[in-house]
Amino acid sequence: MTDLLTLQGLTKAYPGVVANDDVSFSIGRGEVHALLGENGAGKSTLVKMIYGLVKPDTGTMILNGTPYTPAEPRAARAAGVAMVFQHFSLFEALTVAENVGLGMENPPKPTQLSREIREVSHAYGLPLDPRRMVGDLSAGERQRVEIVRCLLQDPKLLIMDEPTSVLTPQEVEILFATLNKLKAEGTSILYISHKLEEIRALCDGATILRRGKVVGSCNPRERSASELAELMVGQALHRPERSRSAPGKVVLQVAGLTSEHVEEFGTRLQNVGFEVRAGEILGIGGVAGNGQDELLSALSGETLGSSETVRFQGNAVGHLGPNARRALGMLSAPEERLGHAAAPDMTLVENAVLSGWHRRKLAEGGFVRWGKAKDFAEEIIADFDVRTPGPFVAARALSGGNLQKFVIGREVLQDPSVLVVNQPTWGVDAAAAASIRQALLDLAAQGAAVIVISQDLDEILEVSDRFAALNAGKLSAPRSTEGLTMEQIGLMLGGAHDMDVADTDEAEDIRETYEEGRL
Amino acid sequence: MDLSSINWLLLLASLMVAATPILLAGIGELVTERAGVLNLGVEGMMITGAICGFAVATQTGSATLGYLAAALGGAAMSMLFGFLTQFLLSNQVATGLALTLFGLGFSALIGQSFVGVQGIRVEDLNLGPLADIPVLGPVLFQHDAMVYISLLLVAGVWLFLTRTRGGLILRAVGENHDAAHALGYKVVRIRLMAIAFGGACAGLGGAYLSLVRVPQWTQGMTAGAGWIALALVVFASWRPWRVLIGAYLFGGLTVLQLNLQAAGLKVPVEYLAMSPYLITIFVLVIISGRSRASIGAPATLGQSFHATT
Repeated sequence: MTDLLTLQGLTKAYPGVVANDDVSFSIGRGEVHALLGENGAGKSTLVKMIYGLVKPDTGTMILNGTPYTPAEPRAARAAGVAMVFQHFSLFEALTVAENVGLGMENPPKPTQLSREIREVSHAYGLPLDPRRMVGDLSAGERQRVEIVRCLLQDPKLLIMDEPTSVLTPQEVEILFATLNKLKAEGTSILYISHKLEEIRALCDGATILRRGKVVGSCNPRERSASELAELMVGQALHRPERSRSAPGKVVLQVAGLTSEHVEEFGTRLQNVGFEVRAGEILGIGGVAGNGQDELLSALSGETLGSSETVRFQGNAVGHLGPNARRALGMLSAPEERLGHAAAPDMTLVENAVLSGWHRRKLAEGGFVRWGKAKDFAEEIIADFDVRTPGPFVAARALSGGNLQKFVIGREVLQDPSVLVVNQPTWGVDAAAAASIRQALLDLAAQGAAVIVISQDLDEILEVSDRFAALNAGKLSAPRSTEGLTMEQIGLMLGGAHDMDVADTDEAEDIRETYEEGRL
Repeated sequence: MDLSSINWLLLLASLMVAATPILLAGIGELVTERAGVLNLGVEGMMITGAICGFAVATQTGSATLGYLAAALGGAAMSMLFGFLTQFLLSNQVATGLALTLFGLGFSALIGQSFVGVQGIRVEDLNLGPLADIPVLGPVLFQHDAMVYISLLLVAGVWLFLTRTRGGLILRAVGENHDAAHALGYKVVRIRLMAIAFGGACAGLGGAYLSLVRVPQWTQGMTAGAGWIALALVVFASWRPWRVLIGAYLFGGLTVLQLNLQAAGLKVPVEYLAMSPYLITIFVLVIISGRSRASIGAPATLGQSFHATT
């Protein structure tokens, strides 16, 4: 059997960096092939070349035995290559059917398209209502829109870029069932992920990229996850260490937290309540968009509530703004490094002042003390191994992992009694993620109460003492992470949303019409 | 004040004429904004259209050629904006304001020799028996062709945006340019076309002022009509038919203001001149509590797009 797609010597250089250097591998028919690598290893550039978004500098691609040089995504789609994007390429204010239609070359008439969407989505166990607005869908449902959009074009090769990062464990299972069904029908799948267990469960072959080069290929089923990780990183990974100790007294109490205003497509918090003790890490899991941002801003003081909803060391602080809470020792590091946690065009020193001016006394009498500010920034850079040419570099110029280390370090070094972090290692490579997690564990060991909001369940299990799930704005009762299984976590997260509709009357109707149409 | 001195029939008839310039400019700006581009240079493009249209029409004696020149002039001005914002990624708000100032100055320069020149006469469209219907005839069916073209334009834009694939792509670009790019749509090209359409429509609106409404050229004759058109798009919450309603409402206020002035109203007419903006602010306050989708503002309105790959 010949291979479906063969890549030979693909090279793509950007000013200052070679994103892909002489990359060669091939994908067989009906094979699920994994592309493994750290952030910045060149995975995204590579798939963009296959999908026609980026032109390779040198190298050739052969699809189905003929040379393949897609000039644009249209050409790639016409050749039978479809892609599900990491960050959804969807339009929130348009309907499901309109979104699907936009991704097709020659979409049928709207009524026909809606019918096809229903048929295909049910046939693959991914039910969708074509009339709904995408902005109102959950992350899992949005991904279904993307997948259905691809499936309607009957692809030979389906590229999936980090498809499971936003799904609950049950939704992942459904996705895998769909992918296995596609594979059985002969569709090849190029699967990009850094979740090694998933790759071991799903993929037939794997190619490992490091700094733009192919450093190895293997059958992931025959390797252990740690072997794969070492291939990816190129060195043995340091696992964060922690010691479980008896937690101290309650530092932070949250009760009856309900959001009054939410942004467009945001989630309203509903009667959220929990306690965190000194020296303890509470992990709050859940797919992003279920109230994480709202919870962080309620805890940081960006959104104010009635004073009794948040109590810090027994005092009601729910009505206090971020600066007042910082002064007391309640610190936070939001997600979204560029724009929320840091001002992108300001230097690291200026960013350090913005958050630490009060607790580190970087401003007095209305004047900024730049000398002390620079010392503070340099302290963060040294303690957290932030790779930067110097403290006077714009935040935007740092890589994601380095800026994240800076953002977390800036709060940790202010000696907080409570630290709230949201998605602390989102988009950060494994080595930097490990050091950020270690810093959080160390902070808790020194007696601070830490809340880690994350959608990376492995991360939460690794660092936290107790786990609570945030789903549709509601927080489950926290449970000890000792002995907690992934399945239990999945159920706490609300499991899969309306997944079992395959046997409803509507589905039956659709199946009947579909079969009649074929007779 | 003597309200009986106002001829209400004439007032209604002149309403459609008064509304046409802002309707044309507004529907063009609506398309531009639905593609995600905020062009605040409507006033500058309108006045450029006014002088281009007036100059060509008086030289050739043809209103059609005048309108054509106005559309081209407005589109050319908008392409200046398009080049700066889409290729050089300049800030859209600042560039749009600059375009307005530039247009006002530039039109005054080329219009120097046309001050005081007698404008051409644009004939009303002969709609036969329709025009003879009592009351309705004079109000609806005794106007020049551009009044009806502007109505067709609104219908056309509505059809395009809601019923065609091209319209869907245009809305998609305005909604999320990164996603549209990832799907292989040419964001910059689509936006440039939308900007050009907006410029051409603004030019037509300006020419309608200098050819029909006033018929002569005076410096700065658009007198804020471009700003009313911009307010109109927001008032209409980015929906074509509401632009029509808004234009006739705002146009009606302008006509009423003139008539009240003639009737010797004691209240300063400036209040009526302010009213389109006050109404727009009022509408904004009312809809601000609602979600963005129901307001209808395109999500990437005013944001620069730069392909990162």
